[in-house]
Amino acid sequence: MKHQALPPEFSVIRNEDKCIQCQACVRQCGFDVHEYDEEKNQVCANETNCVNCQRCVMICPTKALSITNNPNHYRINHHWNSVHIQNISRQAATGGVILTGMGNDKPMPSYFDRILINASQVSNPSIDPLREPMELRTYLGAKPDQIKLTSENGQLKLAEPPPPQVRIETPLLFSAISYGAISLEVCETLARAATELGTLYNTGEGGLHKDLYQYKNNTIVQVASGRYGVNHQYLNAGRIVEIKIGQGAKPGIGGHLPGEKITRSISETRMIPEGTDAISPAPHHDIYSIEDLRQLIYNLKEATNYQKPISVKISAVHNIAAIASGAVRAGADIIAIDGFRGGTGAAPMAIRDHVGIPIELALAVVDQRLREEKIRNRVSLLAAGGFRSSADVIKAIALGADAVYLATAPLIAIGCRLCQKCYTGKCSWGICTQDPYKTKRVNPELAAERVSNLIHGWSHEIKEMMGGMGINSIESLRGNRAHLQGVGLNEKELKLLGIKYAGEAI
Amino acid sequence: MLLEGELRIPSGCAISGMINRRGERFSGEAVIKSIALMHDRSNGLGGGFAAYGIYPEYKDYYALHLMYMNQSCRDEVESIIKDNFSVEVEERIATRNHKGIVKPPNLWRYFVVPKDYKIHESKDSEDDFMAAITMEINVKFNGKACVISSGRNMGAFKGVGYPEDIGEFFRLDEYKAYSWVAHGRFPTNTPGWWGGAHPFTLLDWSIVHNGEVSSYGANRRFLEMFNYKIALQTDTEVIAYAIDLLVRKHKLPLELAAKVLAPPFWKDIDRMSNDDQKVYQSLRTIYGSLLMNGPFSIILGFPGGIMALNDRLKLRSLTAAEKGDLLLVASEESAIREICPNPDRVWYPRGGEPVIGRLYEEVTI
Repeated sequence: MKHQALPPEFSVIRNEDKCIQCQACVRQCGFDVHEYDEEKNQVCANETNCVNCQRCVMICPTKALSITNNPNHYRINHHWNSVHIQNISRQAATGGVILTGMGNDKPMPSYFDRILINASQVSNPSIDPLREPMELRTYLGAKPDQIKLTSENGQLKLAEPPPPQVRIETPLLFSAISYGAISLEVCETLARAATELGTLYNTGEGGLHKDLYQYKNNTIVQVASGRYGVNHQYLNAGRIVEIKIGQGAKPGIGGHLPGEKITRSISETRMIPEGTDAISPAPHHDIYSIEDLRQLIYNLKEATNYQKPISVKISAVHNIAAIASGAVRAGADIIAIDGFRGGTGAAPMAIRDHVGIPIELALAVVDQRLREEKIRNRVSLLAAGGFRSSADVIKAIALGADAVYLATAPLIAIGCRLCQKCYTGKCSWGICTQDPYKTKRVNPELAAERVSNLIHGWSHEIKEMMGGMGINSIESLRGNRAHLQGVGLNEKELKLLGIKYAGEAI
Repeated sequence: MLLEGELRIPSGCAISGMINRRGERFSGEAVIKSIALMHDRSNGLGGGFAAYGIYPEYKDYYALHLMYMNQSCRDEVESIIKDNFSVEVEERIATRNHKGIVKPPNLWRYFVVPKDYKIHESKDSEDDFMAAITMEINVKFNGKACVISSGRNMGAFKGVGYPEDIGEFFRLDEYKAYSWVAHGRFPTNTPGWWGGAHPFTLLDWSIVHNGEVSSYGANRRFLEMFNYKIALQTDTEVIAYAIDLLVRKHKLPLELAAKVLAPPFWKDIDRMSNDDQKVYQSLRTIYGSLLMNGPFSIILGFPGGIMALNDRLKLRSLTAAEKGDLLLVASEESAIREICPNPDRVWYPRGGEPVIGRLYEEVTI
């Protein structure tokens, strides 16, 4: 009675005419769905385990497999849907918290899909990026209010050195994913891709494995509430030090990497004993207020000799504008805002799906607030949380972002199919697991090429759209909301986004 | 229909400017003839001029050029003027009837000095005090009254019509200046408002502009952080404020301010000497939001000089020429040759390379 059987979510359809009993699916499935029955010389499926990650479908040499939603479903009820019923049934058995992975998948409004981009016609020529320079280079870090120059023998020089600036060649960075959540191979993939692209990847809170120090010039090192792997060498390895206050997928809570995942290598990197749980507390235990944040920011500046910009990553929550403003005044050089579509390796479903606000609104109100307080140039703004395409990126930059953090998109480039089972550690794609049999499925060299291709592709598209707007440098797009108009938005939404309705005179 | 300031109106244009670097003053006939040649680059919905050195007898006074749509506005503005300034001269701006000019507003000129205690009360510099009063009037009267110019020993003359007709209407042949700047407008959409014609002025700056700035939203929002009130929503206005911020407030040399509006490409900065690289990298990172993107050619008038500048891709025409002490710039070479058939030198300035003409050092005006 304790466990009530639940119907499988998915059906595994095997075309027996095509199947050659090669058992590739048996070996590749991380969830033990496929099984070879020697007596019958037949591969069969335990559908209950299937998470629809599509690994077997992709690997099957004869294309004999397909996965569909299980045609069986509960009596249609628009209030109590099948997810609610399944979750309640599971919790009735265990009394536990329902976990999930990746970002919020609920049909909440996507403001990106209700914003449209401008283009030039007649009065202003569009610019062809194939013929004219089109500049995406971006510098992250605080900017002074004005330049101060001196003249020495007729040569103009800066009167004082500028605050530390980190150059990226495209306004796209890889956001924090820790070693432990993902495999070392995937960490290396992102590090290699960032290096090739002239941008940055982020260690997340898992420390920096010794093999990855070679990519330090393209690394953001993160300091989170668990302080895993944080030491002097680590802080000084990165170009930017990021304090993680919150994560868009799970604002208000910490993280938990179970002891089973703490292998020798992860234990060394995180500086914790092998096999112990790595628990990141919900708050930093030395930050209970904004003045405490200031102390940590300046501790890190001291530790890095004021040579690195300090970033503060916060999740988009209700009072985001005031929080961001406080972080700037506390001394942050970069603010990263993570919206409610942001991904995770593990989060309670109730939190992932219901806590936080959309990145589009959060970004718009933060940029506006910082401008009203005349401190926008003191900080670079990074937007994160569910960016699906170059168009989303353009819209975020026009709303006010300096650059955009991506994690789910590069993981998809590596193979992820958003099955949302990251928290199980069973990932068939070898991304979110520490099982060496699976992690070797990702070849960092080849995977980095795929990630680079993706970013090159998006960058090309960004250049094309900028050219269409008659803009040849990314700084002219930043905060330039005159190039955005809304459809299907009400007055309040337009006001918060700071844009006009489609067709309205600019 | 909405007035400028309530919506944004892009426009194409003709521009022309000239300076006698020896400081010799000459009448407005030449600049009218030059801009008249480019008649087809305007559509009769706006023209205007700025002239420097025209009021030598009042060179220490601010010359306020005002435009009033009705008497009650004039009464209100004059009470603001008399409250803040000692007025030396108050007069109608002389005009002649012209068939091309319909329904002109009331045009008045005042030579004034700010009252000391008013500046003291404002806790601002004299320039900031002047700029604040100008902005206050322009915003408060919502187009019914408008400060056309407010600098010393200079003035702007502008209105709805073809520029050559505006020049004759304002009797510019009777003024003598060492530098002239002219503008003919081709707005894509306008209610034909006198205040919306160009040049746009602020303190001693005057600016005429041809083009459409695609970075307008970014430029505007950056300037608002520095307390500029964007009243007219024109590209010209944001360019003027950008120059005011960079040169007057942040003390950049004009040559470098031009490199903010139209900066070198990163690939060129990467090839510069170490010191230059640092300066240009800082300029672009600090003032990136003042990059004027998209096509433009501008002529900036200021006391003692003019500067012409193209966007960095040179998406608008701009020609420069020299003849002795005379430096001329215009949208088209023909507009220069119309008044100066055999210049010593004619060239087409590269995108982002400012052409600056200043009075020789020994000249005092």
